[in-house]
Amino acid sequence: MPELGSLVSKVRSKNAGPFWLTVDIFCDDPATFARVRDGLQDADVARLFGVERQLLKRFDIPSLNVVKFSVPRPVVQGMRADRDMHGAGWACLLEEFQIE
Amino acid sequence: MTRVLVPAGALGLGYDRAALERGVANQPDIIAIDGGSTDSGPSYLGRGVSKYSRASTKVEWRELMQARAKAGVPLVIGTAGTCGADAAVDWLLDITREIALEEGMKVKVATLKSGQPKERVKAALGGGRLHALPAAPDLCEAIIDACTNIVALAGVEQVAAALGTGADIVIAGRTTDTAIIAALPVVRGDNAGAAWHGAKVGECGALATTQPNSGVIQIDFDASGFTIEPMAAEASATPYTVSAHMLYENSDPFILHEPGGHLDVTRSEYEALDSRRVRVKGSKWVPGRYTVKLEGARVVGYQTVGLAVIRERRYVSHVREWAADVEAKVRDKIVARMGLASDAFSVEIRLIGMDATLGALENRREVPVEVGILGILTCPTAEQAAEAGKILNPYLLHHPLTEDEPMPTFAFPFSPAEMQRGALYEFCLNHVMELDDPLAAFVLETHEVGHA
Repeated sequence: MPELGSLVSKVRSKNAGPFWLTVDIFCDDPATFARVRDGLQDADVARLFGVERQLLKRFDIPSLNVVKFSVPRPVVQGMRADRDMHGAGWACLLEEFQIE
Repeated sequence: MTRVLVPAGALGLGYDRAALERGVANQPDIIAIDGGSTDSGPSYLGRGVSKYSRASTKVEWRELMQARAKAGVPLVIGTAGTCGADAAVDWLLDITREIALEEGMKVKVATLKSGQPKERVKAALGGGRLHALPAAPDLCEAIIDACTNIVALAGVEQVAAALGTGADIVIAGRTTDTAIIAALPVVRGDNAGAAWHGAKVGECGALATTQPNSGVIQIDFDASGFTIEPMAAEASATPYTVSAHMLYENSDPFILHEPGGHLDVTRSEYEALDSRRVRVKGSKWVPGRYTVKLEGARVVGYQTVGLAVIRERRYVSHVREWAADVEAKVRDKIVARMGLASDAFSVEIRLIGMDATLGALENRREVPVEVGILGILTCPTAEQAAEAGKILNPYLLHHPLTEDEPMPTFAFPFSPAEMQRGALYEFCLNHVMELDDPLAAFVLETHEVGHA
């Protein structure tokens, strides 16, 4: 199975304020969008990010061919245990996720 | 109709000079630029300082003051000095005074301060007028007391009041990113949904175009919508770049909460007017209870970090056990020699090259060529953190994997290998405060600076 990052044009993760993290998966076309939308389950994303599934917010946006996830930051930005002040590294977990 | 010129996503980031000139020639009604956000972390708010250099800020602010004088319209900056604390407003006011004197300008400056006295925040907490937002940390009076800075995010009402003084320049403390752009269109009666939506699209400058680094965009607001046009000749706004911008740094791409209501773009329509300009209609402003969001930061300890690099293959392949052993031995020694309780400090080693970015979430396991050893010590005082760093140092240099092997030596990039980081700050508020009068929690002053 290919890695998600090889199918899409970009995966971007970023803080949405200090307490939330948001990840945008930009697909180039409706077919890729449908593949990502159907192949990426909420449970997979919650597990990759180490958050409870009920806390995950998901937006499938066909007009942009974008699948977006928002989660409370596993560690609040800037706390002692935070490793990634801007939250950019989480995108790698989705880029490397193997998708059908 | 209101024309807003946005030179860049933030003062200090740079922009295309020719595009700025084009924007000024188009006779805007106001020039608006953002000065910061929480994105660089709690230290800036905690200390009340700017992330960008004073020199860079002064160069760009001088150009914007010149552009303002040429256009003959107000210049407004929100979240001055990265964090928008009162001290950061004073810092930019000081720079403004210098420039005005150097340029022989006489300008009226309004400062809008967003700093919140602890008593006001505690009274709101006690009176049930402070409300936690999703994922907010626990809050009590002691935490409010520990904050070094608390700011409230101003909305259009406060920015409009500052503009209402007739100021040439408005230096605002913490505002929402959008308020500085939305204020004038809202005051002049343009469509409120369009005002907030256009402001959201515009707050990052040209990020919502095909040339993000060009910076400069122009937004025209009117009774039914807004039109966005990048000022750099080679940049284009498209329905895609504009609509996709609502994704950016937003946990919800359709709803944006602001003081006094929220923006809903669920039914917004994006139309390409030509290859460079986009027209947006159908955005909705939904009025609600008047609240302002609070941000606060407090000191939770002092840190020393140490950095070494391990290259030897055997140590690299056993680096996790090595690091765990160093952590345990340093912890024991800090307790034994400095007399600190074991729960009063922390020792953490992050392995750069292994999982320093993602920690426990990292799922790749490969053996790298070398591993950076980042030792992080957090103690109650700066002096203790410095002492703990000296206890860590010899372990980073020489700690053997086993007792019965020759003493290894690792690569130290510096002498000393440990560095004082100063205070560790934490964000401790993700709450909104109810206000009966939007202006009651903000301080507006005017200043005549420079000379004729």
